[in-house]
Amino acid sequence: MLPCYGDALPLSLFLTFFYQKKTRCIMDRECSQLLPSVCAVLADSRQLVADDTFLEKFLDWFKTLTETESSLLLLQENPCLTELITCVLKLKDPSSSTLSFILRLTGIFAASESCFQYLQQRELLISLFGEVGPLSSALWEEASVRSGWVQGVHSMVQHQSALHFLCSCGAIDVIFTLQGDPSLFVASAANQLLVHVLTFSLQSFQTKPENIKDCDWPICAQKLIVHIEESLKSNSASRIKQSLKLLTSVFGCCHDLWTEVLWSRLSERIVYLLEEEPVHAGHSLVDLFLSMARSPVFSCPECSLWTSVTCALEHLNPAQVGRLAVGVLKLQECPQAVKIQALSVLLQPMDCVLKAASQPLEYPGLLNRSVNDSATVETLLSCRSSCASLLCQTLTHLEELQYLTCLPVDLPHIPLLQSVVTILQFCIGLATPASCLGNKISRILIGCFRVQRSALDILGALSHWESPSVFIGSVFDILLAYLKSPDTSPTVLKKSFQATLKWLVSLSEAPSSKDHWQQTEQFLRDLFLVLQKRLCSPYWEVRDSALEFLTLLVKHLREKEWFRQVLFSSEVPKLTEDLLEDPESYVRASAVTAMGQLSFLTHLISKKPGVENGNVKEKSIVAQLKEILSTDSEGFPRRAVISVFIDWLREGHPDVLKDTEQFVSSVLQAVNSDLDWEVKAGGLELAEVFSAQILGRLGLAACPYAAVLSSATRSTHLSESLQIFCQVKLFEFLFGALCDCDRPVAQKACDILIALKAELCDESSLKEGTSAGLSTEARGIAWLEETLRRWSSCAKPCPRGDADEAGSQDPNGVLLVLRTVDLEGLHRSLNRSSDHIEKSPQSLLQDILATVGTLEENEADCY
Amino acid sequence: MLDCGLDMTSTLNFLPLPLVQSPRLSKLPGWVLKDGNTFLDKELKECSGHVFVDSVPEFCLPETELLDLSTVDVILISNYHCMMALPYITEYTGFTGTVYATEPTVQIGRLLMEELVNFIERVPKAQSASLWKNKEVQRLLPAPLKDAVEVSTWRRCYTMPEVNSALSKIQLVGYSQKIELFGAVQVTPLSSGYALGSSNWIIQSHYEKVSYVSGSSLLTTHPQAMDQASLKNSDVLILTGLTQIPTANPDGMVGEFCSNLAMTVRNGGNVLVPCYPSGVIYDLLECLYQYIDSAGLSNVPFYFISPVANSSLEFSQIFAEWLCHNKQTKVYLPEPPFPHAELIQTNKLKHYPSIHGDFSNDFKQPCVVFTGHPSLRFGDVVHFMELWGKSSLNTVIFTEPDFSYLEALAPYQPLAMKCVYCPIDTRLNFIQVSKLLKEVQPLHVVCPEQYTQPPPTQSHRTDLMIDCQPPAMSYRRAEVLTLPFKRRYEKIEIMPELADSLVPLEIKPGISLATVSAVLHTKDNKHVLQPPPKPAQPPASKKRKRVSDDAPECKPLKPLLSGSIPMDQFVQTLEKHGFSDVKVEDTAKGHIVLLQEAETLIQIEEDSTHIICDNDETLRVKLRDLVLKFLQKF
Repeated sequence: MLPCYGDALPLSLFLTFFYQKKTRCIMDRECSQLLPSVCAVLADSRQLVADDTFLEKFLDWFKTLTETESSLLLLQENPCLTELITCVLKLKDPSSSTLSFILRLTGIFAASESCFQYLQQRELLISLFGEVGPLSSALWEEASVRSGWVQGVHSMVQHQSALHFLCSCGAIDVIFTLQGDPSLFVASAANQLLVHVLTFSLQSFQTKPENIKDCDWPICAQKLIVHIEESLKSNSASRIKQSLKLLTSVFGCCHDLWTEVLWSRLSERIVYLLEEEPVHAGHSLVDLFLSMARSPVFSCPECSLWTSVTCALEHLNPAQVGRLAVGVLKLQECPQAVKIQALSVLLQPMDCVLKAASQPLEYPGLLNRSVNDSATVETLLSCRSSCASLLCQTLTHLEELQYLTCLPVDLPHIPLLQSVVTILQFCIGLATPASCLGNKISRILIGCFRVQRSALDILGALSHWESPSVFIGSVFDILLAYLKSPDTSPTVLKKSFQATLKWLVSLSEAPSSKDHWQQTEQFLRDLFLVLQKRLCSPYWEVRDSALEFLTLLVKHLREKEWFRQVLFSSEVPKLTEDLLEDPESYVRASAVTAMGQLSFLTHLISKKPGVENGNVKEKSIVAQLKEILSTDSEGFPRRAVISVFIDWLREGHPDVLKDTEQFVSSVLQAVNSDLDWEVKAGGLELAEVFSAQILGRLGLAACPYAAVLSSATRSTHLSESLQIFCQVKLFEFLFGALCDCDRPVAQKACDILIALKAELCDESSLKEGTSAGLSTEARGIAWLEETLRRWSSCAKPCPRGDADEAGSQDPNGVLLVLRTVDLEGLHRSLNRSSDHIEKSPQSLLQDILATVGTLEENEADCY
Repeated sequence: MLDCGLDMTSTLNFLPLPLVQSPRLSKLPGWVLKDGNTFLDKELKECSGHVFVDSVPEFCLPETELLDLSTVDVILISNYHCMMALPYITEYTGFTGTVYATEPTVQIGRLLMEELVNFIERVPKAQSASLWKNKEVQRLLPAPLKDAVEVSTWRRCYTMPEVNSALSKIQLVGYSQKIELFGAVQVTPLSSGYALGSSNWIIQSHYEKVSYVSGSSLLTTHPQAMDQASLKNSDVLILTGLTQIPTANPDGMVGEFCSNLAMTVRNGGNVLVPCYPSGVIYDLLECLYQYIDSAGLSNVPFYFISPVANSSLEFSQIFAEWLCHNKQTKVYLPEPPFPHAELIQTNKLKHYPSIHGDFSNDFKQPCVVFTGHPSLRFGDVVHFMELWGKSSLNTVIFTEPDFSYLEALAPYQPLAMKCVYCPIDTRLNFIQVSKLLKEVQPLHVVCPEQYTQPPPTQSHRTDLMIDCQPPAMSYRRAEVLTLPFKRRYEKIEIMPELADSLVPLEIKPGISLATVSAVLHTKDNKHVLQPPPKPAQPPASKKRKRVSDDAPECKPLKPLLSGSIPMDQFVQTLEKHGFSDVKVEDTAKGHIVLLQEAETLIQIEEDSTHIICDNDETLRVKLRDLVLKFLQKF
């Protein structure tokens, strides 16, 4: 039975809801009794199990069981399990799902060597995984059976006996075949199995032999290596890719010394693959090199891996090699020459773009020398199908580099910035092509949103470099062009806003910010003109993005006087306020957040002479937001309001400070009747901040450096705090939330109440309470229930006049309730997911039986 | 003749015609030549460094010198904007042909002409300037007057009787209707998606097809969607009427329009939208219908002022069959296809024939006014420019792309009101043209020269030109172009009785031939094969008939021969028939068979055979029959 957190949660549940049941990880008696029936059902081919997820859960349970109990004992104590395997093997026509289940179940048991022997003696393993088993049956055509087989073998290979079994029964060859299975799931699982087999068989092989040809590798591993070698030598692109994928996983998950031996054996063949024209498995090779480069085994600068990586950077297609280049640049341990080459690879397309828009000799380019033949890059850039994707990839990779804390090579950031600006100019037809390639690029890029987005991302990222004024000017120009253009798509506009924000914040924080002050101020003026227009856009996405941008801008720059001046000389604040009434709820929410930030500034501005009605305006904004909280039909604006109020309370907004208690009281009252759980959670956060502030103000906060108060002072402060909490009806709100049907709300309320209890109900108060005769026993359970019910009902909207009487709280009574209610127990039960009873294995077994019994009936119902 | 548009940019050289006396305009100083000569100061006025003609505005007519327009048989009209010069053609050139256009084109074209005539006639101007047109004088004037072309041909606006007379010469057509022109070609209008009733035309004979694509749009606006499929397989596609502002995307411009409108009104300003009374205004009103509530503009009045405002709004609702699919569906609900009906019902949109009368009573500010003319030289817009121009709270938003907004504003300078340029031109842009051409694949494209090179102001924008293979043939003003196809075939009808008499002979599998002897009868470019007249009866009397009465002389029919003569077999045949000394010589064109004994030559070539013998008719006939054995007769 699911615990119910409906709005009528019985109060007695608070007192009795301490039932706790851990998920069982052992086979208990009830399960042992149910298991034979379940096995009988599964072994009966006439009984179809409708829901496969039962089988998955069943397997999960056995996996957990075998981790904690002896598998052999489990089989011996529950012979029905072995019988099940035998029965299914004997079935003429088992269902594919049952057979797959049996394969996986057997694999789980056979993972234990003793259990393996047990099953081997009964010839069950050879019947399931050998050539005579499902392999030769018609059901092998089913991907689920092949997948079950692979997973079973994977589970089983945890000991040497299993490895020998694999080699002797020919299963290893089956796995090789399954690498190319038409089902991607099976192929991937087979590949992972081979990785597991190789690493497991070689895990004891830790020393580097003198002569790799004479090394005494296990037969299984030998077989695998030969298979990989043959695949790499084959002409089949798919076989080559499978082997490269396998090697990638091996080098990725295993960093033992034998991997170096393996590489020495295969490197020649892999370099040969790189030199082929054209390279077929470029992406797989990149994956392999990246996987190896991250392994400490190959980190030595003299390692032959780096020669291969250099070769790959030279030979692979620029569209493929970018990932390798950026991966190499992120490595700590990598020869500097390789890093420089990797950077050149990434810069080459940017260099081509820059040159395509510059007159000869006007700009020398981004690179001193080209690593690759620039003709290849130029060909890719002049083709419509490859130009945008190459540029997007390159820009994304270069952007990744900007966020590296320590870039190991010098990045020519000014030419890079120029090239990014040039790309953005090309994209809106502002760049003047200087060559034939430039003409082609221009035609391809104009209106290309993908490239615009990527270029704007990196433009923003480049803001953290110090740039000369002339380049800042060109950045501002291109940003304004995008922000102004009516053809800028909403997503590109959002990116433009993000890049603009980054540049403005960076410039305001830069030591040389005064040098750019005039430039920035003019840009801001132009920006606010654009922003005004965007705030009036007919498209809600645009209005929303503009408001989000404004919020962040104010948040980051509100301390700057020049920013405030420009902002308040524009129409932006007024338009933002108008948008509080926007028909689109997302926009209203964003307008609320923006006004929340702006109101800090309007307050500052209103202090100055010459700004009229600032105070009046400010009041009206608070009132407007409260009205939205109480009346807006959509959740987003109400959530935004509560979030603004939390910020205001935290940051000490002047209007809140005027009468904090009244403010909190009115907000909690509005939130209490809200049906949206996120608004309630916001209200609880507000309550938490408020209570912490009150306790802190009175020196009761748990601060390790605070002076220790005398018990008398502490007691006075406690009672003051309690008085305030009672005045704002904090406990009514918290207990109301505790009864909320949404678990996160109840959990949060419980957390806050526990914290308050810890502060307010210390030993002394407890003593005082007891001495005053306010114990639970004295008042009895009936009284407690009555009190909570009264609070709970008073938390709901009451007719005017009744609220005060019903809601009046006696501070001592509050203390008593806090002490009486087992908040900790309630906290535990709330922390459990609502389906914890459903998750028990007993329930699972019962469900399997029940479903099988009702299957026919359900089917009839369907018709 | 394909279209007859009127170049109204000439009016930009004239001073605006104010509805009420404008002290500012009347006080403008006369223009004085550099040498101080003042003889033009009555005709030309100076305003903020620009010189304007102080006279009734005049229009630049279509080219009339190149060909005699009285010889034009047919004028095909693409859309209502492309017929504004019609009265000048039909009433002044001796034109006696027929004009073809769709019904909405004619009705809305009439509204545009009516509005134009009304705008000009209701403000009569006593002065008519002509001195400045003198070529010698024009040379001395500042630009742009100095550079104006063919000013001597500029004409005043036509009158309503002329409009009515011109429109009476129009024959209405429907989309996909096939119209025979003198039997020579068939013309068909197709929906072009640009405006109500706008058309592209197919001009085709049995074997040639020419498409005329002018003013088309692939965007989903109010008119019926463009019919592209019917343009396929054209020998020549004449392409014109592309967007005038290829860099301005209409969607983005509509967004700009709405944003600027809202910003102005929120700040307490008025918005003036100079526009035509039909076309984009329907789409703008539809956008505003959706936008005004969300922008909090529900209480702002929208005024549409035009002598034809009422007719335009009502006409738009009744041309259901010419509308896009969505709007057509609405009609069956039944609902008015355009939402401006609801705007009118709810009093959010009010329309007036002019600023006089009811409008002056209802006028409230801030407001949005849609009115003409987009050139800002005549119409009610002149009044609003004078009224609102002084305040920076107000905004004029240009949406029509036909006029340079800077030139339009020149006589109003200095101007405090904000000016926003949001040209909304839904016609094809170059990307759409490129897709269209790939889709319909004409053999040749013919277009104005301007479309084959980037715009002069943006020479690096090679994407703003037509890019097709083979390259488009371009033409410029007054250039005579030979279209790249020749008429090689004509379709000829065979009368049934003649067809009955034919006996086809299969010469190859699937190919049969028959000889036809008939009389070719050609009338109205239709060709018919009729049975030949029966052999003439012997004359009843010896009296000689007049030649014209004679039936065509009918000679006895000889069979036609075909095939080739295999020389070896021919020689063997000759030998069988007793010719023993046969020699064959190869020549450049065939063979010569020499019968030495008979002193006879048989010259066999691809298309002729000659038997040269010495007056021996029997021998010749014998040899002829031997030759004929190897040939097929039919």
